[in-house]
Amino acid sequence: MLLEQVLFFVAAAGAIGGALGVVLLRNPFFSVLALVAHLISLALLFLLLRAEFIAAAQLVVYAGAVMVLYVFVVAYVGGVEETVGGEGAIGRVGPVFAGALLVELCIAIIGSALPAIDSRGPHVAAGFGSPGAIGKLLLEKFLIPFEAASFLLLVAAVGAVVLARRRRGLEDSVG
Amino acid sequence: MNAVWFLVLSAFIFCIGAAGVIARRNPLVILLCLELMLNAGNLALISFSRMLGNREGQVFALIVMVVAACEVVVGLGLIVAMYRRRLPLDVDEVRELRG
Repeated sequence: MLLEQVLFFVAAAGAIGGALGVVLLRNPFFSVLALVAHLISLALLFLLLRAEFIAAAQLVVYAGAVMVLYVFVVAYVGGVEETVGGEGAIGRVGPVFAGALLVELCIAIIGSALPAIDSRGPHVAAGFGSPGAIGKLLLEKFLIPFEAASFLLLVAAVGAVVLARRRRGLEDSVG
Repeated sequence: MNAVWFLVLSAFIFCIGAAGVIARRNPLVILLCLELMLNAGNLALISFSRMLGNREGQVFALIVMVVAACEVVVGLGLIVAMYRRRLPLDVDEVRELRG
């Protein structure tokens, strides 16, 4: 019980610190590294919530593959330093808007009369979030969303190739 | 830990991401902040799934991860295309479609 609380607060501090690092660091490369720390903390939180398969997928797919893609693009484009906040009204509106949103969300969460929200949830068996259980759900009850997701991945891959390929003529007319 | 702790944490992460989307101007960092918001949504989905003792929220989180991967791929393709055409990597400067 105590260990669970310690782990929660460590992971929560890591997640919030990583998120703040993404927003506040000026170099995009360091923002990507902060996001990796954030994702690893989130995987720990998922483990606390008994979602073992999602935690593993988070580490392998997100912190592994997607972040490598980001690092490649940052290295290709080159880290463009920028001032955080920026000039103009937008830079000042951002934090104010986020604060208002946070207050509203906290009122909605804490003020909602959901009885289960203040409990630890029902007791679940050992294999609650195991790959077997999730895979059975994916292939039986959620087969259509599963296939739609695979089709979406295919469309996105084709779209990325079309977007990023070298096109003759276009570059010359601009450059 | 009660589920409300996880939900408040996910609200924090979502708001930090929203502030980043509004305040930052580099499209790469805006994509990273979108990832933050999607992950906050994932955390809320999984904590609701634990709260109800129901695995289906975890399936939704998995689908959200797939959608996030697609969004990253298309967004990074756009950024590479912008770089190839020597457009400035600043969302305030790319204003061709602004009314």
